[in-house]
Formats: sequence, C-alpha cells, structure tokens
Amino acid sequence: MKLTFPHMGNTYITAKTLLDDLDVDYIIPPFNNKKALEIGTKYAPELACLPLKINIGNYIQAYEKGADTVLITGGCGPCRFGYYCEMHRAILKDAGYEMDILTLEMPNQGVKELYRRVKKLAGGFNAYKIIKALKNTAQISKSVDELERLTFQVRPREIKKGSTDKIYKIFLNKALKTNGSEALKKLIKATEDELREVEVDRNFKPLKVGIVGEIYTTIDPFSNFNIQSKLGNMGIEVNRRVTISEWVIDHIIKNALHLPRDRSHIEAAKPYLGTMIGGHAQETIGNTILHAKEGYDGIVQVYPLTCMPEIVAESILPTIEKDFDIPILTLIIDEMTGEAGYVTRIEAFVDLLRKRKERTEHGRDWLLSGN
Amino acid sequence: MAKKVGIPRGLFYYQYYPLWKTFFEELGAEIVVSDFTNKQILDSGVKSCVDEACLPVKLFYGHVLNLKDKVDYLFIPRFTSISKGEYICPKFGGLPDMIRHSLKELPEIIDTEVNLRKSKKNAFKAAVDVGNYFSSDRHVIKSAYQKALNSYREFRSNVRKGVLPGDILSKRRGVLNKSSDETVNIAIIGHVYNLYDNYMNMDMIYKLRSMGVNITTIEMLDGKVIDEKNQMLPKKMFWNFGRKAVGGAFHIMEREDIDGIIYLMSFGCGVDSFVCDLIERKVRNTKDIPFTVLTIDEHSGEAGMNTRLEAFIDMIRWRNRNEADVPAYG
Ligand code: SF4
Ligand code: SF4
Repeated sequence: MKLTFPHMGNTYITAKTLLDDLDVDYIIPPFNNKKALEIGTKYAPELACLPLKINIGNYIQAYEKGADTVLITGGCGPCRFGYYCEMHRAILKDAGYEMDILTLEMPNQGVKELYRRVKKLAGGFNAYKIIKALKNTAQISKSVDELERLTFQVRPREIKKGSTDKIYKIFLNKALKTNGSEALKKLIKATEDELREVEVDRNFKPLKVGIVGEIYTTIDPFSNFNIQSKLGNMGIEVNRRVTISEWVIDHIIKNALHLPRDRSHIEAAKPYLGTMIGGHAQETIGNTILHAKEGYDGIVQVYPLTCMPEIVAESILPTIEKDFDIPILTLIIDEMTGEAGYVTRIEAFVDLLRKRKERTEHGRDWLLSGN
Repeated sequence: MAKKVGIPRGLFYYQYYPLWKTFFEELGAEIVVSDFTNKQILDSGVKSCVDEACLPVKLFYGHVLNLKDKVDYLFIPRFTSISKGEYICPKFGGLPDMIRHSLKELPEIIDTEVNLRKSKKNAFKAAVDVGNYFSSDRHVIKSAYQKALNSYREFRSNVRKGVLPGDILSKRRGVLNKSSDETVNIAIIGHVYNLYDNYMNMDMIYKLRSMGVNITTIEMLDGKVIDEKNQMLPKKMFWNFGRKAVGGAFHIMEREDIDGIIYLMSFGCGVDSFVCDLIERKVRNTKDIPFTVLTIDEHSGEAGMNTRLEAFIDMIRWRNRNEADVPAYG
C-alpha cells in the first residue's frame, strides 16, 4: 500500500508527521498547481466545489508517481465535504485510476470497520505507537500554525520586502524532505528563529484584516492566490482563526474524547446564525464578529463558487458589516477566476481601509485639538 | 381578528403544505400563500438575494417579498433535518437567517427549528413551538397537530397512488393525452420545488403529459425500496433528498416498465451537483436506459426546453419501436 492524501496549504506537514511516525509508506502529491486543477476540472462534475476538483488532480498526479491508496477524513453532512470520499471513489474509478480510498471517520459499519481501517493504515494496532503519533501530529500541527501566524506579523513590518516570503518558502520545501516529528520540530524552530531575526519596523502600525470563509480556500494559498502573502506585502497584518491545528485538535481529537471545545465563535455567531449548518459558516460569522470586536480594520471572506454554507454566511454578513461598522470583502473562487481581476478587488479594498483609517485618525486629531 | 400567517410558495411548500394548512387553520390562523411563481416574483428574488445562491433560494426570496406586506407572520421554519441521521441542505438550515439579514421591513418570522436528526419526537416539539404563537393550550395544539398529520398522510397516500403533488397543490388535473402514440413511461428526479413549480420548469410535467408521457417521481416510490437500493452505496447519503434520489434512481434502473429518466437540476445546487453526477455515472456504467439532465436557470428559454423534451421522447419512442441500437443518452 502506497498512500497519498490531498493538499491543503501546509497541511501536508501535519499529515506527513502522522504517517512518518506510523511508518506508513506514502507519496505527497506535487504542490497544488494549474495542471492538478485542470485534471480535476476535467473529471469532476462541473458544479462540484473547487476543493473536490483540486483533490482529484492531487490524487492523479500522485498516482502517476506510484500512489495506490488515498487517505482522507470524512463527515456526516450537511455540506458536501462529508460525501467527498464517495465522489472521489466514483470519479477515479470512471477515469480509469485504480485507487483505494481510506476514509478516517466513523463508518456505517461501526467501530469494527473503523478499527480495521486504522489497522490497515498503521500496519497493525499498536495503541502506544498510535497515541504517540497522534500526540506528535497535534503538536507539529500546532507549531506549524504558530509559525504561519508569525509570518502574518513579520511580513507587513519587514524592512526588506520579500524576506518573509523567502524564508517561508524555503521552509515549505525543506519540510517536504524532512522525515519524522523530531526532525520537523527542529526545522520549525530554526525557521522561527530566522523569522524573528528579520529586520522589522517596530513603529509601523499595520492595518489588520481577518480572513474568514470556507476552510480549504482560506488555508490553501494556491486556490486563494496567496492572499495572506499579498495582503502582508501590502503592509497589512492578517489573521485567520480557522487553522489546521484548530481543526485537528478541536474537531477531531476533542470531539472524539468529548473534551470541552472552544465555543467563543459559536456564541458570537448565535444572534445572527442560530445553528450549525455545516462547513464553517458559524466560524465565518462568529470570527468576523470577534475580529470586529478586537478592532480589526476589515474582513475578507473567501469561498469556492457554489459553497453552500458560505452562501448562507455571505447573506448574513451585510448586517454584521453594519452592526459592527467593519468593511467586508467577499471573494469567490472557481477554476475560471483570473488573478488580475482578483488582485484589483483586493487593492481597492485595501485602499478603502486606508482611507477609512486616515479619516478616523484625522477625526481624532481634530477632536483633540478642539479640546 | 384571525392572525394572518404567510407561507411562501417555495421550497418545502411543495412537500408540507397540506400539513401546515390544516395545522394553522385548526389553530384559528388565517393562511396567506404567496402568488404562483411569476416573472415578477422570480426577478425580485434574484435581485434581492446574493448572486451565488441557487435558484430555488432566490425564488423563495421573491415569494417572501410577495407576501411580506400582507401578513402578520411569515412562516419560515429552520429545517435542519426531517429524518433520522440525515440533513436537508445547509441553506435550509440557515434560511430564516438569510432572509432576516437580507430583506428589510419584514413581519415577525416564525423560525422554529425542525430537527429530527436525533429523534422523530422533535417534530411534535416543533409543532408546540409554532402552536404557541396562536394558542397557549397544549391540548388544542396537540389536536391541531394530529389533524395536520392526517391531512399530510392523506396527501402522501394520494401521491403514492400516482397523483402528482403538483396536481394536488395547484388543483390542476393531470390528464394523459391518450390520443397520441403509445404511452411512454418516464421517471423524473429532482427536488419537489423544481418538479412542481410549473413556472420554473416551464410546465414540463404538463407538456410531457400532452405528449402521452406517464410520469413517475420519487415521491411515488415505496420508502423501503429506496432504502434497500441505497445499500448499494458504500457510504450512506446524509441528505434526505440525496438518499431518496439515489435509491429511487437505482430502483428505477432495474424496472422494465420505465423507458427513460430525466434529472431536473437547479442551477447552483450543491446537492444536485453530487447526486445527479452519481446517478448519471451509475446509469452509464450499468444500464442502457435513456437519461438526460435538464437544468433550470434564470435564463432558460422555453423553446430550448420544448425542443429537448420532444427530442428525448421521440428518441425513446423510436427506440421502443426499433428495439435498441440507438444510443441511450440525450
Ligand atoms: S464547505 Fe463548501 S467548498 Fe467545502 S465541501 Fe462544503 S460546500 Fe464544498
Ligand atoms: S438542496 Fe440545492 S436547490 Fe435546494 S436549497 Fe440546497 S442548494 Fe438550493
């Protein structure tokens, strides 16, 4: 069995840690690329959401490098992600790619089947080994997210433009070739040190923008045209509350162990969106409000065309924009999205935020001098 | 004076109207249903809803606008789930919030959550919640609910006997045109709000009937058969509609008395994008039965629809006369 898994930003580092520590043989698909999207668009249903299409491209590119089994997580609705695994299965089969799909979730057939799958994945059931691997995975996942967050802070403040991007890119490539959680931890630490040494303008007060929306397109730089880096290089400090580690730890581990989960965004969303409706709609609404309360200057919502939960969220956001007086930009992505038009919209939004800021600051000076 | 409850003629109106009608009337409320879909309703919905939404949701906005100034309440329940272990669609769960935050000057919305995902008993709970708007007497509510269930059962049993919900709801009698060529049997798969909104599907059902086509829809099939066929999927579908559509389609494929399948898809529907694709793959891989997908979008023209329907039915008639040797896909 040679495993592969779909890309989503830097998630491969988390997945790789798990598989390394379980001694599983795997192939990481080439980083998300145009060709992968083309392949996916060719085989997937036209109106499927974008992540499904890129996933298919990943699998086929990994298949060409020798992978024969796909590992993904499942779900039980209501949004489409929970049925991705079956769509993947059907699409790959009809396209003539003999690949097995291994879904990590509670299957219809109950615990026994789940046990069989984990055994298949881990080549036996060594509870100690599995728990240790899970622990390391959660840790790595967390520190990768922290590292990324650090780039969000350094990038807008760096004196020499491009320094952060360069360091982070080298990290992503090195991580690909670094095996085992121990070595990865070292690499992360070294990168962190390097980032901290980047020369920054400490007096610069950047505008702050929160990124919300569908998880895949917010986390994956290929599908969002690297929005985090683009904004950062325009001198904006970005933040994104939905991260891989939050997802792994909160959704999977804490849920499985019935530990209390972070509910702050759910509470914040409540007056606007009464229930869980799938995907990350509650996060989108809740985090927009939390960011607004923290004094952020603007919010960017990103989601793939036809994404059901985010369409609901988008319909609600105008009220929040008004109630909290915070500008919100919605960017919708599909395989036809052109980078130029997309960048223009981001630039116009940043302009708007700058003008607003100037106006309020000007207003304050004026008030002060009036005293 | 009786309170007026507005029911938008969209989405689950086509599934539950008989139940709602009896329930509210038993509680002494007056029901106002929005007008039958027309161009103005559709346009106003499209204009006021986010661009990316699916057409049925946009249309629902239009029906809300059509009603909002005529009623005391709008009945827009939050449908999370109508069956154990299943969901409907994220948009059904968020519908009252979408409406509330996109349209202005609305009357009070009755947005009780209907969530039978864990237990069917929650249906009564939802009924009590809704009933409380009109009566504080639990017995009255209970009896209204019982009567409502009876109306619903009667409706369902008529449908199962072969009367289309659209015929019942629009009080139009479906007559099969017997004078034309031999009868053709077609199964149409799609959401109730696409199948039975005659404006949206451009009178498709009636057109087919006038061509001598006898129609079967998944609402007419036996639930047990559907469930049994669903076992063929490695992972159970968690959308109520998806399960019925896939199970129903698999069942239909095995029936000798059905000559062709039409999938009626709504533009922008996330659920359809998966369900239709799975069914289409199954058909192409296993059975030589004519299959076609018709998409309803804002701009679909009637002429195009007519041509496609006619071509599809002609092809089936031709096949039936000449026994196979004709490619099955239109
Ligand atoms: S959240 Fe949106 S993009 Fe992701 S699977 Fe669900 S519908 Fe598709
Ligand atoms: S099931 Fe499809 S058509 Fe119906 S509300 Fe959901 S996305 Fe729209």
